Amino acid sequence: MEKSDPEIVLEARHISKQFPGVLALDDVSLKVYAGKVNAIVGENGAGKSTLMNILSGVYPDYQGEVLLCGRPVRFSGTADAQRQGIAMIHQELNLIPYLDITQNIFLGREPLNNLGLIDHNKMKRETLDLLERLHFDESPESLINDLRPGQQQIVEIAKALSLNARVLIMDEPTSSLSEKEAGILFRLIRELLENKVGVVYITHKMDEITLLADYVTVLRDGCFIEACPLEQTSVDELVRKMVGRERKDFFTKKQRRPGKCMLEVRDLCLRDALHDGKYRLKDISFEVYSGEVLGIYGLMGAGRTDLMEALFGYYGRKLEGQVSIEGRQVQLNSTNTAVAEGLALIPEDRKSEGLILDMSIEQNTTLASLKDFLKYGLLSFKKERTKAEEMRSKLKVKSYSGQQLASQLSGGNQQKVVLSKWLLTNPKIILLDEPTRGIDIRSKNEIYELMDDLAGQGLAIVMVSSELPEILAVSDRIICLCEGRISGRFERDEFSGEALLKAALPDKA
Amino acid sequence: MKTNFKVIIDKPVIKPLAALLLMIGVMAVLSDNFATSDNFFNVLRQVSVNLCISVGMTMVILTGGIDLSVGSILALSGAVAAGLSKNGFCLPAADLYVGFTFWGSILAALLIGGLLGAFNGWMITRFKVPPFVATLAMLTIARGLTMLYTKGFPITGLNESFSFLGTGWFLGVPMPVWVALLIIVFFAFFMLKTRTGRYIYAIGGNKKASLLSGIKVNTIILWVYTIAGILSAVAGLMVTARLDSAQPNAGSGYELDSIAAVVIGGTSLSGGKGSIAGTVVGALIIGVLNNGLVLLNVSPFWQQVIKGFVILGAVILDKVNSGKSES
Repeated sequence: MEKSDPEIVLEARHISKQFPGVLALDDVSLKVYAGKVNAIVGENGAGKSTLMNILSGVYPDYQGEVLLCGRPVRFSGTADAQRQGIAMIHQELNLIPYLDITQNIFLGREPLNNLGLIDHNKMKRETLDLLERLHFDESPESLINDLRPGQQQIVEIAKALSLNARVLIMDEPTSSLSEKEAGILFRLIRELLENKVGVVYITHKMDEITLLADYVTVLRDGCFIEACPLEQTSVDELVRKMVGRERKDFFTKKQRRPGKCMLEVRDLCLRDALHDGKYRLKDISFEVYSGEVLGIYGLMGAGRTDLMEALFGYYGRKLEGQVSIEGRQVQLNSTNTAVAEGLALIPEDRKSEGLILDMSIEQNTTLASLKDFLKYGLLSFKKERTKAEEMRSKLKVKSYSGQQLASQLSGGNQQKVVLSKWLLTNPKIILLDEPTRGIDIRSKNEIYELMDDLAGQGLAIVMVSSELPEILAVSDRIICLCEGRISGRFERDEFSGEALLKAALPDKA
Repeated sequence: MKTNFKVIIDKPVIKPLAALLLMIGVMAVLSDNFATSDNFFNVLRQVSVNLCISVGMTMVILTGGIDLSVGSILALSGAVAAGLSKNGFCLPAADLYVGFTFWGSILAALLIGGLLGAFNGWMITRFKVPPFVATLAMLTIARGLTMLYTKGFPITGLNESFSFLGTGWFLGVPMPVWVALLIIVFFAFFMLKTRTGRYIYAIGGNKKASLLSGIKVNTIILWVYTIAGILSAVAGLMVTARLDSAQPNAGSGYELDSIAAVVIGGTSLSGGKGSIAGTVVGALIIGVLNNGLVLLNVSPFWQQVIKGFVILGAVILDKVNSGKSES
């Protein structure tokens, strides 16, 4: 870029951050250009989130220097950073579940009227504007608790937008969005750029980088690796720098012939408890065969998670329809019977549904199969340890000991612990709900290989995913869900991104 | 074996334990009557009632719940045991009379405690009543039933076996202390070495994740409240035996001492973290404090103030040392 560089709105110089036992950032520098998308890439644990937390005032304590419009600053907290024009959309959702969308967006900075009371009308008006810009079709009065993670993410985005910041940091904003919603977000980002906002964009998705980014910064293991304009690099080069080794080709699936029918679902219905006469799932029928991966694709709210949880017995007797496992009809009245029938569920949100965060890796690993670790009817810590250690090294869970708490692991490693837990139950059918959401490329590929391996051992696998490249690469067959119904079925030779998306969109003419 | 020991004496217990030893040291210096074997057993006997209740309370709190009804269940089961052994069960309308032996009346008391506890658990799991509310209701219900059963008067003149249970000695140790010890050892072992024990921690740590791991969450919660009820009944028998009479207002306010013991012992009120060992230390701290302040002639009014600050101090100490504060 020989021509004049655009204005630098935010700059970090030689930042280091020490956590107990870990040097999370080691002399990292970053330039954020106004009116440009500044992408930051790196595997999980590379230090991206730590750096963003410093820039947005979450960690006031660090070494190095931050310059805002050329002026040295040190934020005392997030509120201070926001006042000075820096907003962040967090990867972890920071919303209050029992407040509504409006209240969350304006939390802590509610507009006041002449009497010094909260100006509800103004709040609501501005919220409606924001939601409209995001094409988000929910009432401003909906409680956060009633929204799915993807919808919550949109509220988080609306909140950051409402700050009218000079620098907007987005930490994997699309990880729980559908393609359509991501498209809306990308359009919005372009609008922001016209207004000279500096966008900092963290993602694991390479296609988003090529689509959006103007500048790319690569971090690895807390160190600065490279920063350059996008056109001076390539995806392969970026990935090589992130991983520190040559990228193997994106996961390729082994072809194999499906075996016997493992899971047969007939006319599954789940009534919507909140709306009379409506269904969250309606007339769902499909089969999954031994050795195959069935992909389930659908937009947010299509009923993907409901279907996974329903199959796992979570809705108990409220579920209508028939389920057969290996040709035998079963009553999945509780999660306990589902486990006993050989089902395993890797849930969508590993932190709130997959793990006991205050328990060790070891205890989480054995939780679903504790009956196998008894000696004279009592728990044998030795047996537990042996097995958990075996899984920890087999799945390459990065940790210093099996005693380490699950809360201290990175996303990819947490997911591996959840997988370990279920592998120990010797399941016949594994249900995976967005198994690679927010996980780095290396762990993703490890998880794909593991799934392929399990299918090879004759297990049946059902995987929900909202990432097209992933579902197209991993599945043998794909079912599309739309508004609780099956809206399309695809065999492997019929796979195409457009066809899937078309089937997933509601109100097709 | 070494690792097992380490698990039992886990780090969180060390702090309250150090506080307990410090307190014993200070009391011993300040009062000549404190460090005597008589007083030692006296403290233990006084503490054993709270210990019984607090073991159950610990399990309830570990699931993320709370049980406010322990004091009332204590009173009702104590009264039932006393009434049945003395007068038997009379139903004049049906011309029914059933006599009860000593052991029969004890069994009936435990049954009542278990039933009321199970009722708590049923309300909480079946009707999703918050534990605070469900057990608050039971606090009133069981106290009312006690008043109805006793007609508001103490039941006195009990079987001699009762007084042995309350005031007797076995191998140089008071009976109630044996009972409490047995319960502590059993449930500490239970929490550590059984599946149910592990599940109790898991449920308190993350209920949905536990459910999605195939754990029968509701069944376990139901059992935990049932056990808490039975242990309150055991405490009720101890109190009745000690006083050689069943008082209709026995045990009122005991839930607070019990919650205090659990909290001082480092168990988190939000569930998932803590131990029975911690609770034992917590109950001993309260017992030593009560006893020592009496020996030092501190006024009962000041005793309460001091106790409150000890609870605050214990929790603050726990937070400070557990590293990062959650802002």
